[in-house]
Amino acid sequence: MSFDIEHMAVLARLKLTPDEKVRISGQMGTIIEYIEKLSKLNTDDVEPTAHVLGINNVFREDEPDTKPLADHNPIADSPAHNKGHYEVPQII
Amino acid sequence: MHRTTITQARELLRQKKLSSVQLTEAVFARIDQVEDRVQAFVHLMREKALQQAKDADVRIAAGEEAPLLGIPIALKDLICTQGSRTTCSSKILDQFVSPYNATVTEKLNQAGAVIVGKTNMDEFAMGSSNENSHHHPTMNPWSLDRVPGGSSGGSSAAVSAHECVAALGSDTGGSIRQPASFCGVTGLKPTYGRVSRFGLVAFASSLDQIGPLTKTVADAATLLNVIGGKDPRDSTSADVALPDFTQALQKDVKGMKLGIPKEYFTGGINPAVEKAVQESIRTLESLGMQTVEVSLPHLDYAVATYYIIACAEASTNLSRYDGVKYGYRTEKSDSLVSMYENTREEGFGEEVKRRIILGTFVLSTGYYDAYYLKAQKVRTLIKQDFENALTQCDVIASPVTPYPAFKLGEKLDDPLQMYLADIYTISANLAGIPAMSIPCGFAEGLPVGLQLMGKHFDEARLITVGHQFQKATDFHTKEAPL
Repeated sequence: MSFDIEHMAVLARLKLTPDEKVRISGQMGTIIEYIEKLSKLNTDDVEPTAHVLGINNVFREDEPDTKPLADHNPIADSPAHNKGHYEVPQII
Repeated sequence: MHRTTITQARELLRQKKLSSVQLTEAVFARIDQVEDRVQAFVHLMREKALQQAKDADVRIAAGEEAPLLGIPIALKDLICTQGSRTTCSSKILDQFVSPYNATVTEKLNQAGAVIVGKTNMDEFAMGSSNENSHHHPTMNPWSLDRVPGGSSGGSSAAVSAHECVAALGSDTGGSIRQPASFCGVTGLKPTYGRVSRFGLVAFASSLDQIGPLTKTVADAATLLNVIGGKDPRDSTSADVALPDFTQALQKDVKGMKLGIPKEYFTGGINPAVEKAVQESIRTLESLGMQTVEVSLPHLDYAVATYYIIACAEASTNLSRYDGVKYGYRTEKSDSLVSMYENTREEGFGEEVKRRIILGTFVLSTGYYDAYYLKAQKVRTLIKQDFENALTQCDVIASPVTPYPAFKLGEKLDDPLQMYLADIYTISANLAGIPAMSIPCGFAEGLPVGLQLMGKHFDEARLITVGHQFQKATDFHTKEAPL
């Protein structure tokens, strides 16, 4: 097992302070060593649990709910918005 | 007055010996008296609650009956309440105002409940002590230098300290039962799918379930009647009949079989906790239950399985907090990606970051099969353990936690030790079965819980056993020395 904290932070879009990198990296070593214990179990003929009650394909009639979910446009609650749109730093 | 249960309050309100306004004022007077020491709440809804109480009194005067009409209830701060903050005890949602109600909030409103306020929790329900709250820690009413448990520690402390008549929490790996046990109250995690998760801020979607924290099992039955049922807005809520759980209070336990899983009584269990649990099993035998030894052989793998699955789901669920749609956004960014990264760095606490990193790792290329898929297979084995054991008995009894409430700060530096505190509770979430914690004694002067686990959708039998136990004992009536 090789644990690359820098790579994981990039994948998770999560900046970590230098302090956090050292601390979390060390703790991950202990935690991953602990979860490794699953490898001792033989699960060759075991199906993974997709849903604990085996529920699948939950359908409903294709009719819209007429009652609005929110009492106002939630875009207004976003940290930055402009003319009813979310506003983000320039992309291109 | 504030010490009342739901059952008692309903009777007093019905007989007009008490008004909802009086009861609500008494609860707020109690909050004013103890909250600076307990710190169970993140925010209070005093004005709105008093208005709801006035409305309830009008409805009661008009002869209306509803199961929670005029009863003050507290909600864990990850259950959406329209027009008020739902922070998940996180900086990233600190100013988030719910644009709609959770289904359980709607159901409480319909049942006439008075919402007192929102209770503290570990950030995004990740933790077993309430110390991971962005706002402040919550103290255990039984001993103010100890944790109330987590993650629904605010709800359990508020019920224990009589700062509300009852509360709702959520349970992903024990987050209702462990704090209920630590604070000496009753906590019920229903079957996965019994209660709608719509409007519950997601941590691990295949494990999360909302449930009641109450002073008695009878009150838990009343609350489950209100919040349970299929919800078209949550496709994972189960389309099964919702029985009247209060009928289970009338049933007898004679002849019922109580399974004792031998694996739960070995290793690091505190002797005083074990003694209290064993004595409560003797009590259930004296009530006519027959005990049988059962085996749950994969217990030792449950914590590892749980932390892989829960963190994997959390890492994807929490990707939505990116500073765009709601909540906190960083001031420091020169690009879209740096805005995401800085927002998440500043907005999340360290435990949340740790779990996002672990979840990202177990789902990443090259590790998915070894960790995530493997854990889903072991989950099947754990589920089968319970299915097998529950063919030999009606209800399984075990400790809730290996030890009573620990001191603030005691386990903060060692995440793995904190995770291992959930050893007895997380299997029920992995198997999706209902499980309950009821007060069953004391260890070092601190409350101890007995866990009862049952078959899918068989909460009624847990309620029968729990209620008969509470009729025969008085642990649930003991008061925290506040």
